[in-house]
Amino acid sequence: MDAITAAEFRPTWVQEKLLLGMTFKDYLRSNFTPFNAVAAAILAVGIPVILYRLIYGLGPSTNLSDNNPWGIWIGFDMLCGVALAAGGFVVGTAVHLLGMKEYGFLFRPAVLTGFLGYLFAIIALTFDLGRYYRLPYPMVVSWGVNSVLFLVAWHVALYLGCQFVEWCPAIFEWLNMKKARKIFVKATLGATIFGVCLSMLHQSALGSIFLLMPEKLHPLWYSEYIPLWFFMSAVVGGVVMVIIESAASHRIFASQIEHDEPGHLDGVTLGLGKAAAVTLFAYFFMKIIGLAHGNTWGYLNTGYGYWWLLEMLGFVLLPALTFTYAVQNHLVKLVRAVAVWTAFGIVLNRINHSIIAFNWHLPWELRYVPHWMEVVLTITVVTIGILTFQWIMNRMPILYDHPDFEPEEH
Amino acid sequence: MEQNRRDFLRIIAGVGALTLGGAPNAMGDVTTLRGYPDQYGVLVDTTVCVGCRRCEWACKEWNKLPGQQTLKAYEQDRVIFEKLRRTDASTYTVVNRFPNPRDAARPIYVKKQCMHCYEPGCASSCFVKAFTKRPEGAVTYDASLCVGCRYCMAACPFDIPAYQYYDPWTPEVTKCTFCFDRIKKEGGVPACAAICPVETMTFGKRTDLISLAHKKIRDNPGRYVNHVYGENEVGGTSWLYLSSVPFSMIGFRADLGTVPIPTYSKPFLSLVSPVFIVIPALAMGFYSFKKRRDQIAREELREALEKKEKK
Repeated sequence: MDAITAAEFRPTWVQEKLLLGMTFKDYLRSNFTPFNAVAAAILAVGIPVILYRLIYGLGPSTNLSDNNPWGIWIGFDMLCGVALAAGGFVVGTAVHLLGMKEYGFLFRPAVLTGFLGYLFAIIALTFDLGRYYRLPYPMVVSWGVNSVLFLVAWHVALYLGCQFVEWCPAIFEWLNMKKARKIFVKATLGATIFGVCLSMLHQSALGSIFLLMPEKLHPLWYSEYIPLWFFMSAVVGGVVMVIIESAASHRIFASQIEHDEPGHLDGVTLGLGKAAAVTLFAYFFMKIIGLAHGNTWGYLNTGYGYWWLLEMLGFVLLPALTFTYAVQNHLVKLVRAVAVWTAFGIVLNRINHSIIAFNWHLPWELRYVPHWMEVVLTITVVTIGILTFQWIMNRMPILYDHPDFEPEEH
Repeated sequence: MEQNRRDFLRIIAGVGALTLGGAPNAMGDVTTLRGYPDQYGVLVDTTVCVGCRRCEWACKEWNKLPGQQTLKAYEQDRVIFEKLRRTDASTYTVVNRFPNPRDAARPIYVKKQCMHCYEPGCASSCFVKAFTKRPEGAVTYDASLCVGCRYCMAACPFDIPAYQYYDPWTPEVTKCTFCFDRIKKEGGVPACAAICPVETMTFGKRTDLISLAHKKIRDNPGRYVNHVYGENEVGGTSWLYLSSVPFSMIGFRADLGTVPIPTYSKPFLSLVSPVFIVIPALAMGFYSFKKRRDQIAREELREALEKKEKK
């Protein structure tokens, strides 16, 4: 920037769209931030681990075994990733189907988070698949229509498409393509309705995977109600992630937001807190009904029973009560704190289903504990996901209305 | 002809699955099957087995599995019994030893391999249909379809399928094939049953084996517990076992029940198509209510304003 002054600088298309209106040199310099340094350190370890997994296989890079075919790449990356990415579907239903317009500004960030959540859950899953290069097989080569996993594969793929359609208006606003944008704005309602069906089914189907394992999953977690439990907890996961994500974005990307009313986000957060409380209470009672239905009360007074009680009381009932208290007293910060707490509860639930309460009958030495590379790979995939999110947020009109375009109508 | 008809039904079911985006009542392949009438089975009499492990040798030999040793090495290695073993990537069958509470000098040896269920959990778990229950009784696996999700391993109530974790490029699920390539030929017998020196295993039509098992129990009072393991477990298996002690004492799970594993996910799968019909209807309903409500509100507002202006 020696030769020309800032006022004279006319960015090219690449500079404007990709380099945030800077020259390449300035753009590079702007990326030296503490956050990016941490991310780079993670990738420096994580990328070699990914390559190691791909080249040397699952054996050396994981603690998976014949008794424990699934580890945290399924239990955390897939099950938690998809449950916590339910925000797009939850907000889509509220805004576009139920007409709750005051939540409208949350739709784009929620859809973007959802889309990336699903995308990176699938990317993580490919590392878990023995023959990852056959990922499209259930779509194009052979249909195992008896399998719940077949349903999950199709629905997750289709839903990824739905969320992409919902995200497209933002992409075309960024690229300044008015006609394409208009088409996708019109498609939003259809994509949302289709997405609701798909979400209901694959969220519950992820739990239904365990229906085939009555002899391996602890009776406190096994029930005919697993599909319903997974769906309800995914709705909770979606709501709390929207609370967390909106608070974080409004802080990190504060410069992008020009709000008419400063208290708007606080009011919406309280509304979301109310929704979380109601859903958590309903979920809690469904879990109790599961106990009654399976008559598994007797297991409560065992080691696994105490663990179950910790999950149910400490991470479901207590957050529900705290949400109620916080909403009634307009404590926005407390709502956000409880949202984080609840998100941990969802993670705990999925890990319980897939790892801790799974194979509970096996002796301790045959049980699964993740290999360090499994943990590193998981952290790496999450990091790449966050970097992608950041890259998009800095470029596309996600948090704000693009000045050149009319607000969305359908 | 029958084959064609089934293929046709399969295609129809598949088209249904695509249009509805899921898996509606296309379960004819596995879950509604009450067992092929002429399927084979093997009756294993654990009171006869001497633990020579020749069956393990024959299995590796026939299936060309890695880690093969001489027949003698198998017979002589008794240390191996000190730990309970399971099937793994290079072993389709193992013989385990259990203490005999009735006669400490004569431990009980139990051969373990795929039970070849009537309605296999592995087959209903597989999202690319890599498993097939054959009319001969064998549950076979087609590695050319397998993606490597390992759901079959999780869904097997007997913990049989294993995985080639150490093959980075083309890992496969491994499990006993019931020597399908042998038994589908006239007079063919599984390699393990053929080599057994004491006739622990009887190969034959499963219906005949059931009668034989109950006859043995009747004719030898006190020798067996009155239970043919596999007759009803998880809906019935092609392999059947007789024992002198309760099966839970020789490594079998007594808590599996008689419900076929695929049945557990049936109610959920039957919900798929209704969701795609009911939810869009409800959603469109909600959406129209919302639009109507907004419109009425707007009209009322306009009328109110008009009235005001007239005044």
